[in-house]
Amino acid sequence: MNWSWMMPETVSTYGPAIDQLYYVILVITGVVFFLTEGALIAFLVMYRHKEGRKAAYIHGSTKAEVVWTVVPFLIVMAIALASKSSWDLVKNPANFPADAMRLVVTAKQFEWNVTYPGADGRIGTADDFTVRNQLHIPVNRAVRVNLRAEDVIHSFFLPEFRLKQDAIPGREIPVWFEATRTGEFTLGCAELCGLGHYRMKGTVYVHTEADFQSWAASRAEEQQQ
Amino acid sequence: MSTAQLVSSLEKEDRTQPGYTDEGLHELSFIRKYVFSTDHKTIAKQFLFLSLFFLVVGGALAGMMRWQLGFPGQPLPGGGVFPDTMAPGGIILPEFYNSLVTMHGTIMIFFAIMPLLVGVFGNLLIPLQLGAPDMAFPRLNMASFWLAVVAGTVMMASFLVEGGAAGAGWTSYAPLSTSGEWTGVYLGQQLWLVSLIIMGASSLTGAVNYITTVINMRAPGMTWFRIPLPTWSLFITAILILLAIPILTGGLIMLLFDQLIGTTFFIPAGSGEPLLWQHIFWFFGHPEVYILILPAMGIVSEVLSCRARKPIFGYHAMVLAMVSIAFLGWVVWGHHMFQSGMNPMLGTSFMISTVVIAVPSAIKTFNWLGTLWRGDIHFDTPMLHALSFVSMFIIGGLSGIFMAAPAVDIYLHDTYFIVAHLHYVLFGGSLFGIFAGITFWFPKMFGRMMGEGLGKVHFWLTFIFYNLVFFPMHNLGIQGMMRRLYDPNEYEFLQPLQEMSTFISISAFLLVGTQSLFAFNFFWSMFRGRQAPANPWNSNTLEWTVPSPPPHGNFAVMPTVYRGPYEYSSPEVDADFYPQDRPPPGAGPGGQAAPEPTPGPAPTPEPVAGD
Amino acid sequence: MNHSATAVMDPRHPMPGMQVYNLKLGMWIFLLSEVMFFTSLIGSYIILRFAHPEHWTEPGVILNVSLTAVNTFLLICSSVTMVKAFAAIEQGDQKGLKLWLLATILIGASFVGIQFFEYTKLIHEGFVPNFAAYTAEGANLYGATFYLMTGFHGAHVTIGVLCLSFVLFRAMKGAYTSESYGGVEIIGLYWHFVDLVWIILFTIVYLL
Ligand code: HEM
Ligand SMILES: [Cu+2]
Ligand SMILES: [Cu+2]
Repeated sequence: MNWSWMMPETVSTYGPAIDQLYYVILVITGVVFFLTEGALIAFLVMYRHKEGRKAAYIHGSTKAEVVWTVVPFLIVMAIALASKSSWDLVKNPANFPADAMRLVVTAKQFEWNVTYPGADGRIGTADDFTVRNQLHIPVNRAVRVNLRAEDVIHSFFLPEFRLKQDAIPGREIPVWFEATRTGEFTLGCAELCGLGHYRMKGTVYVHTEADFQSWAASRAEEQQQ
Repeated sequence: MSTAQLVSSLEKEDRTQPGYTDEGLHELSFIRKYVFSTDHKTIAKQFLFLSLFFLVVGGALAGMMRWQLGFPGQPLPGGGVFPDTMAPGGIILPEFYNSLVTMHGTIMIFFAIMPLLVGVFGNLLIPLQLGAPDMAFPRLNMASFWLAVVAGTVMMASFLVEGGAAGAGWTSYAPLSTSGEWTGVYLGQQLWLVSLIIMGASSLTGAVNYITTVINMRAPGMTWFRIPLPTWSLFITAILILLAIPILTGGLIMLLFDQLIGTTFFIPAGSGEPLLWQHIFWFFGHPEVYILILPAMGIVSEVLSCRARKPIFGYHAMVLAMVSIAFLGWVVWGHHMFQSGMNPMLGTSFMISTVVIAVPSAIKTFNWLGTLWRGDIHFDTPMLHALSFVSMFIIGGLSGIFMAAPAVDIYLHDTYFIVAHLHYVLFGGSLFGIFAGITFWFPKMFGRMMGEGLGKVHFWLTFIFYNLVFFPMHNLGIQGMMRRLYDPNEYEFLQPLQEMSTFISISAFLLVGTQSLFAFNFFWSMFRGRQAPANPWNSNTLEWTVPSPPPHGNFAVMPTVYRGPYEYSSPEVDADFYPQDRPPPGAGPGGQAAPEPTPGPAPTPEPVAGD
Repeated sequence: MNHSATAVMDPRHPMPGMQVYNLKLGMWIFLLSEVMFFTSLIGSYIILRFAHPEHWTEPGVILNVSLTAVNTFLLICSSVTMVKAFAAIEQGDQKGLKLWLLATILIGASFVGIQFFEYTKLIHEGFVPNFAAYTAEGANLYGATFYLMTGFHGAHVTIGVLCLSFVLFRAMKGAYTSESYGGVEIIGLYWHFVDLVWIILFTIVYLL
């Protein structure tokens, strides 16, 4: 059985930063976990009922109260601040790479339709082509996906890329990512979207730049016919 | 009726008079006494039976879900009884699985945990701990219970209608929930909405009653900072219910209109806003999760202090922490929506408020540890449950930190990590708190002690199996397994996790099975248990100064309160407890130290008419 | 004020140190939840309107502002008559109580009547909450939020009129005195609240 607390492999540029944040929190919460649970068990053993024992008549301590208000506050604030830069990097469109390749992904029950700009590099023109449940991208190039949904809310989940974003009908939500190696990865749906939710999946194919170009060219050709 | 008649009839009903007895109660018919009762203790018991029933239903639904996850696609043992629209040949269908997920969450939250905490303990404890003869509005109280029965019936009926029960999750995100077009569930979703609207009315009537009672019905000397923590927590919970439930009701009504009369509040095809539903739901939803935990925190504080024979550490800090949770709880709802497409700047502010709200929870945990420190700890069944609450709540609180960091939440959101978190706070927290409360106050409710031996066996097995079920879910989440999946094996990368899912499922069956020990102990003790004395735990609070079970009207003489509720091991007395109503030595009734002692009939309240 | 009378005002169990009798406190608390309920409706209205201003028309184009202004005036008058009823029973004036209660009921009922008339007319003109009927103009959010908010307010007025009638019925039987008028006072609180909500709704639904 896989009891691992390690994050699985990540293949996006920002993945390692997110994983690192996860490990920082894991260590901090782990230490707090062992300290508090340890104290709990120690007290249970040390102060278990014995004949003739009377508990200390203590109502509290302002000093202790201040310490265990301020210290947790500082720790969680530090975590929050550490989290901010990754969050902004992943989700704030102002920080998206300007030269990213642009795609449109449209979710509907229960499939992912990926629209490519075709030869002219622009979406919304006649030479666009759409593939279902396959997301082909080049390695080492930023990709910007505009997410749409046709019917209900779905959630665009690329576990290996550490990316998740709901796709909301009536809106277009941009996300971006950049693969660091070639291979095949998972595209999943993370928001309950109906009875076929569990099988609403696709594959991410990360190609070398050359492979990607030839794939795109052949697809564009198919589209012409 | 003339005024004179009215006055005299009310005087007869004034249970706070000295020498008031239960005579005349036999005149009440069986129906008035047990069915349409207005006695808060009877209503507490009614809520107890109702919500334990729903706990069993919710557990059964969870069992079926775990069957499908542990043994995907295999026929459910005994599943042949289900119609082909749910489980043909016993094999659970995806649409039925979605109904199971939805109804499990809905029933557990709205029909099991909430009524157990608020309906049972609110009714039982508030009047007794305050020294009041009953709730401020006994008949409204009765209405609250019967509304809950109606709501529960409607919810259960939704399983039987065409299309099956609601299947859009307990959060019922629009537009999935707005039309059967997307789920195949038509009437079931509408019944779900109607049921929750009725249940909201039930909670609201209860809340109005609790708040009024706490403000108005305190015995002499019961100042705000002498109120026992369970009652404090229930008071704050009632305020949260009062303010949060109407928000949900508004949303439910709009969703129902979208379903029924063609409005498009949440339907994008008609320019509606699906995210508006999420904002409404979570604006209610986060206060709701505190509604689900605060009373358990109060119960646990009481049990810890009493069974460690030591004053609660930092009583004022405990109260202030709850008050600050009640305030902060309104500004954190966005942490459920980090990945919904909200403005990232807004996400950052929700992150800040969310990490801040973890602080009061930490304060409470440290105060519980402080209470145990240098105590004289008795490991009775209620204490074991209370201790496990503390240790499990630590885990649930710490896992919350992961998701409170939005960048990490990108990955963890909607995975089994969330499922683990919410069960560590709701099962490990709330439910263990409920077990602590039931075992602690069982003698007061039923006049008999609960079996200790069986109680401990039940505790240990529950504690072990509970952790075997929910702890590995953290790991599933970290491996990326999404929640609410009918069959995770559809995803190649999740197939290696099947073994762990099966392990969880088997543990879950054992966990559910273990609860039969509790059921047996509960019913057996109710009829065969040892007779309970008035104060079996040597506790300080007022409910233990009256017989078990307390008579109609609770207190023969209105009690006077001289001190706080947690004066354990006080040097002033030889015993290690010092009940709230015991006059200090040397100060007999009417003596100096007694704060406005009021034996005898209730003095006339302040003039009220002119203000 | 005669103190022994409070036992009647608080029908259950008077406790020492009580500042406000239970029913009145309970009504205040209940009204807080009502505030939250209308907040959810009004908040949704604001969000939807900001998101889709194109669904709304200029004030007065579809809705009849002057008719509703009259109706608003009526409701404000009914608050005044309610105050009068309360003042009457404080003086022990049974006749005054009954008269002013009756006036409040009649004005409240006319408010509901006029609203009903307004609804019929609007629906006749095609202003309905239903999406299907409005796809072309795209104005259904306007209709939906309009009927949602004014409808729930109207339901509150209707319930208020029913409760007032019950209070009047009790008043006819002499149930209230200058020392015991809890029922009159709490229905008054409710009535003023409903009136206040209307003034807010009238402003944001009809005038803005
Ligand atoms: C200690 C402080 C806590 C923090 C920082 C915290 C944080 C969070 C966050 C950020 C989420 C959203 C995760 C996501 O969906 O991506 C969440 C979900 C949840 N939390 Fe907590 N939480 C805390 C305590 C509690 C408590 C005390 C309860 C209830 C008793 C609770 C019940 C829940 C539930 C039920 C969900 C899941 C809702 C759903 O999506 O179905 N949490 N929590
Ligand atoms: Cu999905
Ligand atoms: Cu929350």
